[in-house]
Amino acid sequence: MDVGQMQRQWLDYTRSLFIEGFLDNQFLQLQQLQDENNPEFVVEVVSLFFEDSERILKDLTFALDQQGVDFKKVDAHVHQLKGSSSSVGAQRVKNACIAFRNFCEEQNVEACLRCLQQVKQEYCLVKNKLETLFRLEQQIVAAGGSIPMMELSF
Amino acid sequence: MAPNENSATELTALVVDDDRQLRMIHQRMLNKVGVKNQAVENGKEAVQIHCSGQGFDLILMDKEMPLMNGIEATKELRSMGICSTIVGVSSHTKEKQIQEFMEAGLDDYLVKPLNLAKLRSILDKIM
Repeated sequence: MDVGQMQRQWLDYTRSLFIEGFLDNQFLQLQQLQDENNPEFVVEVVSLFFEDSERILKDLTFALDQQGVDFKKVDAHVHQLKGSSSSVGAQRVKNACIAFRNFCEEQNVEACLRCLQQVKQEYCLVKNKLETLFRLEQQIVAAGGSIPMMELSF
Repeated sequence: MAPNENSATELTALVVDDDRQLRMIHQRMLNKVGVKNQAVENGKEAVQIHCSGQGFDLILMDKEMPLMNGIEATKELRSMGICSTIVGVSSHTKEKQIQEFMEAGLDDYLVKPLNLAKLRSILDKIM
């Protein structure tokens, strides 16, 4: 595949992530902050998002597995994950967190457990999608091309 | 005209946030608009850095933080006579929570996630 084809593939793939709601404008903000002096900025921020999300999901799983669930603690974890996901534009994870917090307020264990599964699923999906996107970028750069960021208009 | 990395301003800023992702993003945004900046992880560290004699034109203050939250830190900084522009940056959108934060001594409040347009609107007011 030549560089032009790879760039078109990257554009199509990135657009699909926005159209399917996996990413929102905040991800574009991150891309705007990346430049020749900070070529790895998006990957670095998203890597922190992966690390932090996995820790929070582990903490949430533990907190909801206790006999007397501490909903204040659960809500604090979900609040953290909501902030983390919204700062990278992981829209579907963020939306799943919003629904989750409503059930924390109601102190509904069953619904919270369902929300936890939903959040985990959305997190895995967006993680796979972003990893695929970054692989495409690496391939373009390795082939001597640049990421066609400017062509990414909606 | 808004400043950028190539036309650095004399402005300085302090990012106060326990979330390392947000510290990284907010510091990068400030660099992008030419504002020299530092970051600390909670309100207590924000107070300490001022006690050590450092001052900033702008403080971006998170609300929920361990050790000392944004409300306590803002009150403490104001009681120390710190006149910097303090902008609360949080994901809270409920009026009561925003009001409580504002009353601690904020100059302004922005809903997370911050973006370049929001940051520039704040800088325009300071410059």
